[in-house]
Amino acid sequence: MKEELFVSGRNIPNIDPYLNIWHWQIPIYLFLGGLAAGILFLAGVYTILGKEKEMQATVKWAPFIVPFALIIGLGMLFLDLKHKLYFWQLYTTIRLQSPMGWGAWVLMIMTPISIIWSASYLREVFPNWDWKFKFLCTFEAWVIKNRKLIAWPMAIYAVILGIYTGILLSAFNARPLWNTTILGPLFLVSGMSTGAATIILMSKNHEERKLISRLDLLFIAVELFFIVHMIMGFLAGSQVQIDAANLFLGGQFTVPFFVFVIILGLLFPAVLEILELIGFKMPIIIPAILVLLGGLIFRFIMVEAGQITRYLY
Amino acid sequence: MRYAMAIDTRKCVGCSDCVVACQTENDVPIGFCRDWVTETVDGTYPNVSIELRSERCNHCDNSPCVRCCPTGASHFEDGGIVLVTHNKCIGCGACIQSCPYEARYSHPDGYVDKCTFCIHRVRKGENPACVSVCPTKCMYFGDLDDPNSEIVNVLKNRKFKALSPEAGTKPNIFYLT
Repeated sequence: MKEELFVSGRNIPNIDPYLNIWHWQIPIYLFLGGLAAGILFLAGVYTILGKEKEMQATVKWAPFIVPFALIIGLGMLFLDLKHKLYFWQLYTTIRLQSPMGWGAWVLMIMTPISIIWSASYLREVFPNWDWKFKFLCTFEAWVIKNRKLIAWPMAIYAVILGIYTGILLSAFNARPLWNTTILGPLFLVSGMSTGAATIILMSKNHEERKLISRLDLLFIAVELFFIVHMIMGFLAGSQVQIDAANLFLGGQFTVPFFVFVIILGLLFPAVLEILELIGFKMPIIIPAILVLLGGLIFRFIMVEAGQITRYLY
Repeated sequence: MRYAMAIDTRKCVGCSDCVVACQTENDVPIGFCRDWVTETVDGTYPNVSIELRSERCNHCDNSPCVRCCPTGASHFEDGGIVLVTHNKCIGCGACIQSCPYEARYSHPDGYVDKCTFCIHRVRKGENPACVSVCPTKCMYFGDLDDPNSEIVNVLKNRKFKALSPEAGTKPNIFYLT
């Protein structure tokens, strides 16, 4: 006998037909967080390796973007809050179980570190810059002397920040598309990749660009690998996860996901970078911009699609 | 003390009195609900069956909403009732995302709102508004730790299920089938 199933569901005008509580602010916040993490990680690593001279854009110039990215990112998070006047309570509580909570704290640590880092290079951009107060000059001298010491926590916190952008989503059991542990590493490499792309855009040194674009190639490869694993994991999962994967495999997000994220955001820039590496003249700006756009669209799609997936009962 | 609710799907007629009672009792703004009724029809004519369910926050023992709240606004009250402290809530929406039952909504005033099991009535020894108005008396509210309570009795003698137990939230609303 053929079975028919009809579910009326609920119909609450201002809540249904489906959950849509996080809008455009959250993907931008996640994108900027990942971008900042990527830049600071590379800046930290190359400082620890002692390559400040060879990798000027990585260590000095690109990190100037980071404080702005983080502050705009936090601004986005603030815009997303519905009870804005109470936002300060994020910083009067420490709740380790809440990804939103410890993410706010990681940003609280990361933003000052990035400001101090950039400030210590400010006089290399504006040689006549005057800090006005003596203690600021003393502090600057101390930072310049101890950059390697700062680079360690900076690189480590950058990894935590990058993973956090994924964990923020993956901690929600109720959204099957997000509820996969691979989302943390995936958003981390995606963030690294966008950070590398930013450095490529800012670098004027050919050797540096070549090295970073090789790294970017590696990040793209790992990212593709993680995406394939994520979808494989969903398809081997429960019905709600199979439904989540199907959003990308024939469902309503198939075209934007494959066209903008996989092809234009990952495969095409990878091919261009490979062509560049084997000797073709390539405007390196094209793959870099594609990677940035791909990363942004990827986060928009993940946030939007995740909110559609749900438990069915 | 562990408060829970049992709802008899065989007695429920889907009148939505529980929904209206809740809206009136708790001043729920127009266009929002803390509880709702779903209807599931199964089978092919003429062999069809229908299940009506009055649904709300499950006041789970393992509440993802309490876990993910960055400020501690979502918390447990006595008896395992999950509540939101309005002036601690920043409206980040994390708890709304975390709920597999989609029982939470963003109140127009900014904070997140949901079923409170009518804790203000329960503390006075009364039943929640939805339970007390039900014309078919299909809802039972009580303490699972009290072996003489009506809810324990009815859960002992009837078959029941919870919604999405696979979500791992250990819900406290039971549907008698």
